[in-house]
Amino acid sequence: MARVDQRILAADSWFVRLTRWAPLLTVLLLVVPVMVGVAGVTAPAFGWLPALGGESLSLAPWVALWHTPGLGEMITMSLSTGLISTAVALVIVILFLGAFADSAAFVWLKRLLSPLLAVPHAAAAIGLAFLLAPSGLAMRLVSPGLSGQKVPPDYLFPGDPHGIALIAGLVVKEVPFLLLMSLAALPQCQAHHRRHLALSLGYSPVTAFLKGVLPSLYPLIRLPVYAVIAFASSNVDVAMILGPSTPPPLAVSVVRWLGDPDLSMRFMASAAALTQLAVTLMALGIWWCIEHAIRLLATPCLTDGQRHLGQRLGVVLGGGLTWLSAGLLCASLLGLVLWSLAAYWPFPASWPTPLTLANWRAALPGLLPAAGTTLALAVAATLLSTILVVGCLESESLHQRSMGKGATLVLYLPLLVPPVAFLYGLVQLQAQLFLMPGFVLVVVGHSLFVLPYVFLSLAESYRRLDPRWSQVAASLGKSHASIFLRVRLPLLLAPMATAMAVGLAVSIGQYLPTLLLGAGRLTTLTTEAVSLASGGDRRLTAIYALAQLALPAIGFALAIGLPRLLHRRRRALLT
Amino acid sequence: MPELRDTAGTSRRPLIFDGVSISLQETPLVSLSARIDAGEVVSVMGPSGVGKSTLLAFAAGFLAPAFHASGDVRLGDQSITSLPTSARRLGLLFQDALLFPHLSVAGNLAFGMPPSRHRRQRREVIDQALSDIGLEGFGERDPATLSGGQRARVALMRTLLSRPQAMLLDEPFSKLDATLRQEMRELVFGRIREYGLPALLVTHDRADAEAAAGPIIELSSASTGQTTSTWRSAQHARR
Repeated sequence: MARVDQRILAADSWFVRLTRWAPLLTVLLLVVPVMVGVAGVTAPAFGWLPALGGESLSLAPWVALWHTPGLGEMITMSLSTGLISTAVALVIVILFLGAFADSAAFVWLKRLLSPLLAVPHAAAAIGLAFLLAPSGLAMRLVSPGLSGQKVPPDYLFPGDPHGIALIAGLVVKEVPFLLLMSLAALPQCQAHHRRHLALSLGYSPVTAFLKGVLPSLYPLIRLPVYAVIAFASSNVDVAMILGPSTPPPLAVSVVRWLGDPDLSMRFMASAAALTQLAVTLMALGIWWCIEHAIRLLATPCLTDGQRHLGQRLGVVLGGGLTWLSAGLLCASLLGLVLWSLAAYWPFPASWPTPLTLANWRAALPGLLPAAGTTLALAVAATLLSTILVVGCLESESLHQRSMGKGATLVLYLPLLVPPVAFLYGLVQLQAQLFLMPGFVLVVVGHSLFVLPYVFLSLAESYRRLDPRWSQVAASLGKSHASIFLRVRLPLLLAPMATAMAVGLAVSIGQYLPTLLLGAGRLTTLTTEAVSLASGGDRRLTAIYALAQLALPAIGFALAIGLPRLLHRRRRALLT
Repeated sequence: MPELRDTAGTSRRPLIFDGVSISLQETPLVSLSARIDAGEVVSVMGPSGVGKSTLLAFAAGFLAPAFHASGDVRLGDQSITSLPTSARRLGLLFQDALLFPHLSVAGNLAFGMPPSRHRRQRREVIDQALSDIGLEGFGERDPATLSGGQRARVALMRTLLSRPQAMLLDEPFSKLDATLRQEMRELVFGRIREYGLPALLVTHDRADAEAAAGPIIELSSASTGQTTSTWRSAQHARR
């Protein structure tokens, strides 16, 4: 018996040691690149970049930036599109949750949520551009019958000077994300009971939600909201496709200046990247002020006894806009399919004739290698992230200690700091840090964004798993490693598969890390789709956007199907 | 059933709680000193919240780090207090059967059996065990398709097949309906005696403790918040 004990102890020790390292490695992976990156962009912003002859500190880059025409507009554009799109998305989500909780529509939308989330930003943006452009599907459907137009009307979309197209594109992608985060948080604030209590006191559903649930829900989704603001105020790919071009939002300009053949532009670009960081912080600051003002003003309303506040508005706006954004997204995808199959599609025709696969056949030689690179990057980043996340969660359950608030902030760090600011700093330091641009570095870059999402999507299920499963298995003589492999892993197969599908989708959608850390040498579906979108070939662009969309969709299909197949004879696991 | 009898032969050591005392943030919760002989069931009773299950978690080796415990748990003269759960070889039964939903009934039984290369022999032991609890031919079934009573019996058999040195029972009958409950009590206590295992039963149902026919320890919250254990029966003096 003594020998058996030794073996169990030995098996335990390597597994326990492994899980002990996971939290540390995770923190290092998330914090170090961001910190180093910000440092790497700060030095050249003040003239220090020996490789390019900058060996003294100066404010010259800032002066140059200051004299750039349109800087003010760029900053305003970043701030306004970031804040407005977040506000619109949040209002839609809140009103929808208030008006339709527990309804049939709610159940339906919940089912649509994962696939909608899986749509990469660039694909959604391209789809939206094709749908709403003057010669897009929407205008074709009403022409010439309703609109009387025989030639495409003259309006600027995408790329309108006020950024409305950009805001629409951001909202369409942010609504599913905020909805998902809210749904995960609702049980934590006993939303169900509170709603019923308020309804029984005579409150209308929307008012019951606004006054009874929202005050506790908002603090739980605050970080995701901040992440949305940070993304919206600093994103590059959506802005390149839908945003105005003269001048574009700041982040797009930063990327342009970074890619400028004139290397001395790098100094100014660094200053601009730091400015982007400040702009995002400013956007967060403005939001924080508005948040507090609303709380101050709304607190007395909570107890004023008014029971029907916002009810009609909630039903009309919340319902209408949610379905509008879901509908826009679906219609965009349909448009992409049509464009990819169109041989000849002159303006007011709403259906291309004939349909042909020739576009696909012609695109295939370029499409396949790009898809291969995309998939390889996504699988590597997802595996790395999942292993670290599972290690963290496993260590949490082994030591029966939950993570602190600081750890949550660390998870959100890469989502809160504008990628354009720290990724460029990393590129800057590549030579000094002996980092070879290429596959490995891009995988690490993707993991910065994949890991937080994998964590957010897996943590809830992992922590909810009944600890008695492990206790029973341990009492039957199983080591920690064996319990993990033979009990916890099979029981968590479904959420684990979903988390990995989310990870794949996030990695597939990455544009900037691939571009900057891969030194332009790695071609993925996303980098191709984004660069094609600015060209004129709608058919090829549609094909790349669809391929970019198909990969995560396949991932989600597998994530749903595989656990069901493996557990087909185990009823308790088929929920 | 060769393997089962083997189990009965090896374990004749008493389970001893030597000055065990558990506190939460300086507040003493529960303390116990007891010697449980082979084949004997000691029942720990008390209202919910006095720390019965905490005591069990300490004995089994998965007490949450928030608690502070002192004292020693021994099997005969071997201290198991610092061993991990997996090395203690204490069989656990909870309120729920907790049959692993991803394994078949036979898979659940095999899960706890000591490893051996003789697949056919394992198979035979499992078949024998199943017919022993009146579930002949249930091996390939999905545990989710079993009735509550059937699940409870499989859970008991899974524990016994792992050749435990002692049993820890955490309200194992409380979720069964009345008719099943009596039947399961007889089965569980009968097997414990047959295998000669010392057992600690935690319950709030007096009928459980009486059916166990062993000493009963009452845990009660004293005014100081401290829980004291009192022997209600005279069995202690017997030793």
